[in-house]
Formats: sequence, structure tokens, C-alpha cells
Amino acid sequence: MKRAFSILWVLTGLLLAYGTYQALVIAPTEQTMGDVQRIFYYHVPSAWTAFCLFFTNLFASVAYLIWKRPKADALAVASAEVGVVFCTIVLITGPIWARPVWGIWWTWDIRLTTTLVLWLIYVSYLVLRRFSDTAQTPVLAAVLAVFGALDVPLVYFSIWFFRTQHPQPVMGKGGSLAPPMLHAFLINLLAFSLFGAMVCWTRYRLELLKRDVEQAQALESLAGAEVSEKASLPLSRSAR
Amino acid sequence: MSSLWDVTLATLVKDIRLEWRSKDALNSMLFFSLLVVVIFSFSFDPNAEESRQIAGGLVWVAFLFATVVALNQTWARELRNQVLDAYRVSPASPNGLFLAKALGNFLFVSLLEAVMTPLFIVFYNLRALGPAWQLIPVGILGTWALVVNGTFFAALSLRTRSREIMLPLLLFPISIPAIQGMVEATRILLAGDGSARFWIVLLLTYDVVFTTASLALFGTILHAE
Repeated sequence: MKRAFSILWVLTGLLLAYGTYQALVIAPTEQTMGDVQRIFYYHVPSAWTAFCLFFTNLFASVAYLIWKRPKADALAVASAEVGVVFCTIVLITGPIWARPVWGIWWTWDIRLTTTLVLWLIYVSYLVLRRFSDTAQTPVLAAVLAVFGALDVPLVYFSIWFFRTQHPQPVMGKGGSLAPPMLHAFLINLLAFSLFGAMVCWTRYRLELLKRDVEQAQALESLAGAEVSEKASLPLSRSAR
Repeated sequence: MSSLWDVTLATLVKDIRLEWRSKDALNSMLFFSLLVVVIFSFSFDPNAEESRQIAGGLVWVAFLFATVVALNQTWARELRNQVLDAYRVSPASPNGLFLAKALGNFLFVSLLEAVMTPLFIVFYNLRALGPAWQLIPVGILGTWALVVNGTFFAALSLRTRSREIMLPLLLFPISIPAIQGMVEATRILLAGDGSARFWIVLLLTYDVVFTTASLALFGTILHAE
């Protein structure tokens, strides 16, 4: 397992390097947008990775609610944290691209708004985990993840209707990608998916290790308390 | 005493009696939303047409904040003397308890809305240009949307640190589609600007989805170890 972990990390590094080379050097410059279009090779794969991680979080949360396995909870923590990071990258790279191309940093478009609300929901999930460190936290967090997942389709439909009523500037997203662009895009999609999975896996292993350490410390302090209790017993008896 | 409706009714009557004697939640909600109305009025100073456009947002934001004030007191009351622990070990149905709390909050927030709406109309010189009777289903569905999730999240954040801050942090992101539904429906009805049907259906869907989810998961929250 450890070996596969290291090999996959090396593979991820190579793929990311190759993807960056493809995106920045090989892929042709877009005719109307210019070099700023290259952000697309990072923006879309990040979004895809974030959504995959949020799905992982939902599955892990439901699995935890059903089987109550600590490993499912550790996976839920890892995927939510890493997902929020990738989602933040999406929300930052988006406006950087939008400003020169659309002329505005932000618009309340359906995809943008849904992504933002998803990000807000998962930040509140992380806040809950941070503010509550009792034994019930995994259950509470898993329930919140289920509520968040139920919310996303409603958000999507409400924005969809809101925006079809209030027309928006048309976004130049149509058309197909030139083959070298598609190649660079697919390489980066693969590289980012693998990268996201590997960071999540690393975080998952860290979480398991952290829990082992906490458990060991708790046992140690418990043993220490027992020893000191035994030592103090005769004293208290003689005092009586 | 173990059937769902018996538990619901007993808890609801107890909560109403407690609230009737202390009036803690109602007084603080009323004064709080009155302050919001006055401060908004100073901040925007709108004319009649602008009022119609923004009043939906103002009304619901005021009610949302006031609801949080009430929700924070819902479960805190049961922590004293370990009442909640007693519930946990009793064979009473958890959903009965949840329904009673949600219905109680619904009642209190509806009372608040009944008192505050005339004030809003006076302060903002509102006159609905659309079918005003539709504001009633919007009000009922919107209030239930805030209250059902609010009651659930208040119970969820009960055992976290600084739970009074936690509640809005959990409740607001999830409530975004419901708030959009209420605000848009109210704006459309006040400005007479098309049909509010989609938003009423959205609110109804939201209510059904989250009432079901709350009832399905409340036992898990209550008995979480």
C-alpha cells in the first residue's frame, strides 16, 4: 500500500509537469481571448476535482451514518477539506479569466452561483467540525453533509429560473476545442483528478494517524491517572 | 404517552405555556425586528416604487434574523436540569419532540410576522400591485422553511462551542434557495411583476424535502454518541 502510494505520487508529479507543459507551451493561443484562455486548463479540472471530492464526501458521510465506521468519517474530513481547497481555486481563477473576457469579475450566473453556494455549504461543514470536537461530531457533520447535498439541486433550480427571467450577456462558451487544446485539457483533467485524489488520500492517512496518536495519548493519560490514584490511595486512607 | 401526537401536543402546550409566562422569545424577536425595520429605513430611504422592489428582501431578512433569536432559545431551555437527557432515555418518539419544537417556533415567528407586517406597510408605504392574497401561502411556506431547518440546526449545534454563533453559520448557507424564493415571490407580488407560481412551488418543494430529511435524521442527532 505504501509503495503504491509513493509510486502514484511520483506519477502525479510527472503528469502535472507534462500537463503544465502542454497547457502553457504546446496548446495554441486562443484567437480572441489570447493567453488568458490558458487558465481554462486549470480552472475546469479544478472544478471537476472539487465536485468529485464533494461527492466522495457525501458517500463517505452516508456510509458513516449507516455503518458508523471511523474510517468513513476520516475520508469525509479529508475529502471535504481538499474539496474546499479546489473549489477555492475555481472561485479565484474564474474571476481572473472573466475580467478580461467578459469585462466583469463576477456575475450571478447559474454555474457561478451554484459553485459559490456549494463552497459556502462546505465551509460551514468545516466550521462545524472545527467548533465541535466531541464524540458526536462525525454524526453531526455527516447529517449536515446530507442536508447540503439535498440543498444543491434546489439552489440550481432557483438560480436557473431567476436567470432565465433576467437575461444575461451571452457567454462565448459554444464551439468545440481545437485538437491540441483538447489534448492539453484532457491531460490536465487527468492530472488534476489524480492530484486531488492523492492529496485527499494523504490527508486521509494523516487523519487516521492523528486519531491513533490521540487515542494512544488518551490511553497513556488514563494509565497515568490510574497509577497516581493507586499511589495516593494509602495517603488518603491514613489521613482519614 | 408514547404515541407521536401525544408527545408533540404535550411538548407544544408546555412550550406555549412557558413562552406565555416569560415572553422571552417573543419580546426579544419583536424588538429586534423593529430595530431592523428602523435601521433599514434610515439606510435606504426609498420612494414608493423602490420600496416595492426592495421590501421583500428587507422583510425577510428582518424575519430571518429575528427567527435566529428565537431558535437559539428553543433547545437551550431543555438543557437546564438535563431535560434533554431525560428525553433521550425516555421511550418518547424523537420526532414528536422535533415537531413540537418546530410547530412552537412556527407559531412564535408567525405571531411576530402578524405584528410586524402592518408596521412594514406603514413605514415603507407599501401597496401590493399583484394578487396580495398569495402573500399568505408565501408567508406560511417561507416561515416553515426557516423554522424547520432552524429547529433542526439549533439541535445540531447544541453541543458545539459558542452555539449561538454556530446556528446562523449552519442555517444561512442551506437556506439560500428558500430565502431567494420568499424574497422573489414577495417582490413579484408587491410590484405586480408576473407570476409568483414558480417560487411558491420551489418553497413547497424545499419544505417537503427538508421536513422529510429532518424527521428522518432527528433521532440520529438526538441520540448521537
